[in-house]
Order: sequence, then C-alpha cells, then structure tokens
Amino acid sequence: MKNISGAEAVIHCLLEEGVDILFGYPGGAIMPVYDELYKFENKINHILVRHEQGATHAAQGYARSSGKVGVAIATSGPGATNLVTGIADAQIDSTPMVCITGQVASSLLGSDAFQETDIIGISTPVTKWNYQITKASEISEIFAKAFYIAKSGRPGPVLIDITKDAQFEILKTFEYKKCKKIRSYSSVPAMDNKSLKNAADIINNAKKPFVVWGQGVILGNAENEFKAFLEKSGIPAAWTILGLSALPTDHPLNVGMVGMHGNYGPNKLTNECDVLIAIGMRFDDRVTGSLNTYAKQAKIIHFEIDPAEVNKNVKVDVAVLGDVKETIKEILPLIKSKNHDKWIDEFHNYYKIEYDKVIDNEYNKKKGGLSMAEVIKSINNNTEGESILVTDVGQHQMVACRYTKFKLSKSNITSGGLGTMGFALPAALGAKIGDPKREVIAVIGDGGFQMTIQELGTIFQTKAAVKIVILNNNFLGMVRQWQQLFFDKRYASTEMINPDFVAISKGYFIESSKVSERNKLDDEVKKMINHNGPYLLEVMIEKEENVFPMIPSGSSVSDIRLE
Amino acid sequence: MKKRNYTISIYTENNVGLLNRISAIFLKRHINIRSVTSSESEIPNIYRFIIVVKVDGEQIIKLVKQIEKQIEVIAAFYHTDEETIYLETALYKVNSKSLFEERQIQNIIKKSRANIVTVKPEYFVIEKTGWREETEDLYHKLKKYGLLQFVRSGRISVSKSSMEISKHLKNNENE
Repeated sequence: MKNISGAEAVIHCLLEEGVDILFGYPGGAIMPVYDELYKFENKINHILVRHEQGATHAAQGYARSSGKVGVAIATSGPGATNLVTGIADAQIDSTPMVCITGQVASSLLGSDAFQETDIIGISTPVTKWNYQITKASEISEIFAKAFYIAKSGRPGPVLIDITKDAQFEILKTFEYKKCKKIRSYSSVPAMDNKSLKNAADIINNAKKPFVVWGQGVILGNAENEFKAFLEKSGIPAAWTILGLSALPTDHPLNVGMVGMHGNYGPNKLTNECDVLIAIGMRFDDRVTGSLNTYAKQAKIIHFEIDPAEVNKNVKVDVAVLGDVKETIKEILPLIKSKNHDKWIDEFHNYYKIEYDKVIDNEYNKKKGGLSMAEVIKSINNNTEGESILVTDVGQHQMVACRYTKFKLSKSNITSGGLGTMGFALPAALGAKIGDPKREVIAVIGDGGFQMTIQELGTIFQTKAAVKIVILNNNFLGMVRQWQQLFFDKRYASTEMINPDFVAISKGYFIESSKVSERNKLDDEVKKMINHNGPYLLEVMIEKEENVFPMIPSGSSVSDIRLE
Repeated sequence: MKKRNYTISIYTENNVGLLNRISAIFLKRHINIRSVTSSESEIPNIYRFIIVVKVDGEQIIKLVKQIEKQIEVIAAFYHTDEETIYLETALYKVNSKSLFEERQIQNIIKKSRANIVTVKPEYFVIEKTGWREETEDLYHKLKKYGLLQFVRSGRISVSKSSMEISKHLKNNENE
C-alpha cells in the first residue's frame, strides 16, 4: 500500500489481525483513527460504549467468550486513564487485550497539553507490554508485536499510545508482517522431559491425588487433554473460579470449587491429599488461605506456563513448565490407568455435609425471602447448562459460580483476581458479541450494577441480547457479611437505597420486570430467557443472606466454616 | 531469611520506558533500590542494567523472575558480592586553598590511590574508584578540609561466572 495516513495504517493493521470488532469512545487525540473507522465501517464494527472502562470490560468479555484478542480504543487523557481498571483486571486475569489510545502531538509531549497524560507511565505496571508510537513508520511493526504479545504465552493486556501527528503523517509505503517471535521474549518455556517423568512417577504412586485446575486449561484450549488426563488417572479435580466451566459440572471427577467460598470437601481434603496437582493456576491467596497450613502434607506438582508463578506462593516438588495443552498431552502416556473411588467417596461425604448444612437450605429454600441460589437454580432449569454466565463481584458472584451448571467451556466470565465491581454488564455485552449464538446471562448485584449502569445504553444501541439478572438485597452484600462476622455488625456504608431499576431499564427501552415472590420466579426467568433481545430481571432477595462455606481471610483451608 | 546485598544484571533491548518498567517491579514490592547503573553492554545496542538491592534469598529469586518476564528483558541474573567483581567511582570537589595550605591532603590522596582529575584556582577534583568502604573512607578524610561536592556512582560489576547472554539471544531467535 502506498501513501496512506498513519490512522489508515492502524485500520489495516487491525484488519490484518482479523479484528472486526472494536469497543471504544472517540475524542480529540484519536479522531484521525475514528475518521478512518468511518470509511471502514463495513469491515470493522465499532461499538460505542458509554464510558471507556466499559470498553475494556467489553473487550475482556469478548476475548473470554471468543478466545480472540479483545480490542479497546480511546482518546488521550481521561479516555486513557478510564481504561486503567480494565487493563489491570485483564493483567491479573491473563486476558488477551490490545488497547489503543490517542496521544497529543509529539511536539507537545511533556508540555501539559490539553488532555495529555502519561498513559505509558500509568499503565506500565498493569500491562504485559506498552509502547508509544510517535512516527507512522512504527505502526505496522508495533501493532504486529502487540497482538503477538497479547495472545502468546500467558496472555495479557498491551497498550499502544499513538501521537496525533503519527496518525496524520503520510506513509509512503505500508506493509504488514505478522509477528511470530521477539528475540527478548520467550512466550512458552521449553518442556523438560525429566520433570514430566518425575511428575508421572509421583502421580502413579499417589494414594490420594487431587487436581486443582485454573484458567490455564481454558486459555490453552486444553479442555480435551485435561479431561483425558483425569479420566485415565481417575483423579478427582476441583476448580478455581477462573477455571470454572473447563470441565462439565456433572463430570464424575468434578468435585467442586476450591477457595474462600469453595466447596467443603475440596478445601478440607486439600490438607489430606498426598499429591496435589496444580494445573494452570497460580495459588492465589483466595484459593490457598494461610500458606503456612496449605497442603503441607502433600507433594505438589505444578503445570504452569509462567515461570514466575512457580514457587511464588507455594513451594512445589515438581514444576512442569510449558503450555498445558502440550504438557498434559505428553504426560498422558506415562500415566497409569487407575480409579480412586474410595478417595473420591471422601469428597462425596463432605458434599453430603455441605448439602445438609448449606446447599439444601438455600438451593431448595421453601419459605422466607428468596435466596440467591434459588435464582441460579431457576436459571439452570431454564438454560440446560449451555449459556454463558457473566458475574460481577461479591456474594452473587460466589453463589452463581457455586451453583451454575455448565456443559461447555469458556462459559464463565468473571473478574477473579482484581475483583472489579462493575465488570459484568459491559463484559456480558462483549461476551455476547464474541459468541452471538449463545445465551449470555449476566448475574449482577445491586451495587456493582450501578458502577457501570450506563452501559445499558450500549446494550440498547447494539441490541445485544444480553439477559441481565440483578440480585437486589439493597446491600453491598459481601462487605455487609464481613461486617456481620468480623466487625460486630457495624454496617458502615453498606446499605443502599436504590433507584427503580425497572424504570431505568425502561428508560433505555430494555424490556424489564421485577420479582420478589417464590412462586413467580420461574415464570419470570422463563420470560426473560424466551425474550428476543436484551432483558433485565430484577430479583428482590433476602436482605441479609450470607455466603457459606467460608474460609475466613488468613485462616487455613481446613478451617472452612459452614455457618 | 537473612537479607544481603545482591547485584542484579539485566540485559535489555534499548527502549524508552524500560527503566520505569523495571523499577516498578521493585516499587510494587516496596523494595528500595540501593544503586542503579545502566549502559550499553558488550553486545551492540543491548543495554545492561546493574541494580543492587538488599533482600533475602527467596525474594531475589522472585524479583529476578518478574524482571525476566518483561518482554524487552533478554535475561536477568543475580549474584552475591562474593560472586562478582564490583566497583564504584566517587568524585570529590575540594577547595583549592586546602591543597596548597594543608600538606596532609596530598598524603591522603597518595595513600588512598586517588587521582586528581582537575585543578582550578578555586577548587580541585579528586577521583577514587574502588569498593564502597574505600570511597567512604576517603570521604571522611577529606570532609574536614571542606568538601564542596561529593558524588558516588552506582555499582558497576562483572560476574565471575559467565552470563551466556549471546546464547540466550540465539535460543530465542531460533525458537
């Protein structure tokens, strides 16, 4: 291509990378690129969000449901700083994302020009990589690198800042070559056969082996290899919140969730297994509780793509570095066929205790206010486990992840590491656009919903058929729960006087209804699912419900409480 | 675990903002950088940072892994003081009067194997390269004669064992 502007070059880079969706918001310093987007609107669909934070979460939701790189675009200054929360979220949850920001002209850099901000400096600690383009000639190479870095190895967010003069500058020639390697970057560490063999020996000799898997299985597209490994070895497996949906809920070896609000058995038995096999997870503190009392009795094997995660929180006996799709495939022939029925019974026994003390009371609740679990049960009954669940952060998130039944992978989208309230509404929009054939159900609390409530406008404008379920208890429920348990019920600033969500939804021309009675719940959920288009269902739930089981912060996994 | 001095050697591409990215790793963990030096390395256009921190044996491993993880970092290594040959350079600006009036000062310079870099009617400048204790010692000795300025460089060091940076580059290029 000859004699094109830097701004047009940006569009061609995106097209070369197969980008057909952008989430963004225009402004002064990015206008040349928007002008080109106008010309290319039949090739790239730009989704106009209502706040730049929404663009990042939508791009994240898109990336997580489609497996592709999500792209967000914004102007300089406040446009760029509004991206930061989503970038930090993508960094800690390893979501492939490219963010493009406009910047003041290079001659003005450092002059405190209008809408100038040092977004490179600000975003450095929360990006996998970032770069400021000041010359149009850099565009092609930098975009190629950005997409390669975002999606290769352990994925993550990349930010490209482009000065306005670089967007206007005319390039004599433009050509694009996809990036396949960078000499200073090794995306996947080399697999080591010795550690594979050591791991296999330990697994084959284990009496009570236990698998904990994370998002690595999903990011590595390793669901089949992972399932084959479990089925051959007969090892029970539990998920971290980001690993959820990689293995169907009803798989006999799926024993539930680990962590602070995980299931009773997997947490208790973490401290009774003899071999703990961690696959594509990073021993987050919400998973491990106190490290001093975490699986001390067990030999630990860690399948991991990021060398910096090995021995970071938990000292391991064998680290199997590499892409789990490869390493699990390689270890499979070395694994002996076994069953561990007796050991799995221990999980079932703990499940019975949890069922009697917790699950039955909330999932099959018969009187009093509606429980969060009942709402999830109704969604389960009406979706057959094939929809995508998007959750925000808090009590509803824990309950939805605990009770939703999944058949398909890439079906659970939530803010895990950063715990970003306001994530779900824009992420659900992105998830729907990333996988339009599937039902997307966003379960959101009344607090988080109001953090990005403006994205109802984007949902209305795009007609994305997102189903929004607000679990409304007029409280910031998780904080209130902690205040009840650990701060003598001093409910400081957690009670919310909420607006009429149904009226707000109607204001955005989104169909909506509200339910608070048990006998009407199922019909309302059915109505929502069957509605052709976006829908908001507000469910009034019990005001002061607590999420159990619970490992109090800083306690051991074996000290998990049922009440 | 006991804290001690570690010298971290980081080989990097020559890009704007990389120092910021590396220092952010220390900032996030509330670790104070004791000294930092950066210059082009033995390989053209590849830069070498030398950072000295006082941390424990577990922290240094985690820090170096986080540094290596950065895209434009080619490789990072860490060494204890015993595993490196290291020096610092200090400059001392002293009032010229004392050079001519105080006999003692010439002895100090000679004994400490420092060099006089420049002499002007108003001041003269002494350079001393060596270990921290040596430049420190000279500082205390000269202080009483009226030090106008004193500055010490960050540590520069080479490791006793080899850091196979060219091999690293080749491996990544052949991947």
